[in-house]
Amino acid sequence: MASFDIDKVRKDFPNLRTHGRDDKPIIYFDNAATTFKPCQVISSTHSHYCHRTANIHRGVHYLSEQATASYEASREKVRRFLNAKSMSEIIFTKGTTESINLVASSFARKRLKHGDEILLSEMEHHANIVPWQMVREETGCVIKVIPINDNGEIMLEEYRKLLSAKTKIVSVVHVSNSLGTINPVREMIKDAHAAGAVFMLDAAQGIACEPIDVQEWDVDFLAFSGHKLYGPTGVGVLYGKERLLESMPPYQGGGDMILSVTFEKTIYNRLPHKFEAGTPNVAGVIALGEAIDYVRALGWENMMAYKNELLSYGTRQIQTVPGLKLIGTSPHKTTIFSFVLDGIHPHDVGTLMDREGVAIRTGHHCTQPVMKRFGIAATSRASLAFYNTTGEFDTFVTALKKIIEVFK
Amino acid sequence: MTVHSDELYQQVILEHNKHPRNFRVLSSCTHEAEGYNPLCGDHLNVYLKVTPEGVIEEVSFQGDGCAISKASASMMSVALKGKTVAEAKALFDEFRKLIMKEVDPAEPSAQLGKLSVFSGIWKYPSRVKCAILAWHTMKGALDERKVVSTE
Ligand SMILES: Cc1ncc(COP(=O)(O)O)c(C=O)c1O
Repeated sequence: MASFDIDKVRKDFPNLRTHGRDDKPIIYFDNAATTFKPCQVISSTHSHYCHRTANIHRGVHYLSEQATASYEASREKVRRFLNAKSMSEIIFTKGTTESINLVASSFARKRLKHGDEILLSEMEHHANIVPWQMVREETGCVIKVIPINDNGEIMLEEYRKLLSAKTKIVSVVHVSNSLGTINPVREMIKDAHAAGAVFMLDAAQGIACEPIDVQEWDVDFLAFSGHKLYGPTGVGVLYGKERLLESMPPYQGGGDMILSVTFEKTIYNRLPHKFEAGTPNVAGVIALGEAIDYVRALGWENMMAYKNELLSYGTRQIQTVPGLKLIGTSPHKTTIFSFVLDGIHPHDVGTLMDREGVAIRTGHHCTQPVMKRFGIAATSRASLAFYNTTGEFDTFVTALKKIIEVFK
Repeated sequence: MTVHSDELYQQVILEHNKHPRNFRVLSSCTHEAEGYNPLCGDHLNVYLKVTPEGVIEEVSFQGDGCAISKASASMMSVALKGKTVAEAKALFDEFRKLIMKEVDPAEPSAQLGKLSVFSGIWKYPSRVKCAILAWHTMKGALDERKVVSTE
């Protein structure tokens, strides 16, 4: 692949040169938890704090104006990245979790009544379950669950059966962090709209998997985290259609989200500032803009083609491991390999992998209902990014076979 | 794989994992509790049969977990048989100190005996809870707490 020079790409990620336990070079296969950051992102943060520290929207001095401009430039980068209609639709939060909570709190809690329904899928991350349960507690609404099949795919016919005039919100994960499945969200959005429901997309993983066009997809709300898109932790985005955001009360009160305050009456600020109370993560937002620039420069086509090669290579290789069962076998998936080994607990796999220098995640991955669905307590999960290689995968597979020997 | 003295997966541990001792429900138990490690989903029940004089006559366990938690439970069940309740609680303290590295892991207390194979576990902070789950559950059972969580 001429347009994707993996050696050059790897040089952009200093963390790839870190050594772990026993001074082995780390093979980082935990990208679904958080990704490494390229130099461009790191140096943006560094130089912000070295040379451009200032609060935003609050000063007439040079530094503050510069910081405000960079912060708003990031908003424009996100807008373009998602192809949103307007910058008013891009709210900075601290991550996916906060974005979902914002919608649950300011949108759902106000609108839902006793007996109204929220549809979630069986493969949701706890971040897309618990906020809705909190809404249920307050409103008496009902949560219904869209089942998944043995491949770890949403059962669309069941979904359609569950949709009705009572359905007010459908909130579904774009790409499952524990199964790797890429869900047919465009179809699902159409169906939800036909039933008169609002559709929220948890794009925590999806944001790094494929280009998203919020207008073409016609999604109502979308959440993602910067740290899973090669950006910093502590910053994320809520996209919402302007019409919906306008109709919602603020999430938190404080500075920046107001136009004027007297003790008698406060006038809220316009979008998007209405939802950004207090000093935001200025350096983080600016660095997220850098991360987006990085992804765009690399190019979706190149990145996706390379990751698809990793996926098909990995799927072939991992199946040579005796007694290994993949959990999540949809043909529509990303480079996430969740698996169980006969008679060996995932936590033992994780620790022994770590000794071999390979960082994987083990556990329920904040998706306990998925574990229940497959009748297991936990899985081991290798999740690859575009800076991982087939060579690293070979080391991982060799380590797996070695672990099986230890437990023989 | 070479086996170092500080290695987590020593033969003793692997062997107890494969053939856990006292791995059954004890219907005649006087004390029992359920232990749960929310982080990894490890789940086990510990059963104790204590005589009126306070001697632990029988110990057993059952559940699902990693090799570390299973081996630890199995070895605990062997170690506690015949001990008094007070001795069992004292051993719990010794074991806890060892795996939390509150004592020098190179010089484990003599009472611990075989249990000192866990002395290297402090290097794996995320696994300490696996090793101590059975012990917390045992103590919970003796203290009449039915459900024990490591969080
Ligand atoms: C699918 C999915 N949803 C939500 C989240 C929560 O993201 P965050 O912890 O960054 O808020 C994650 C990440 O763990 C995820 O993978």
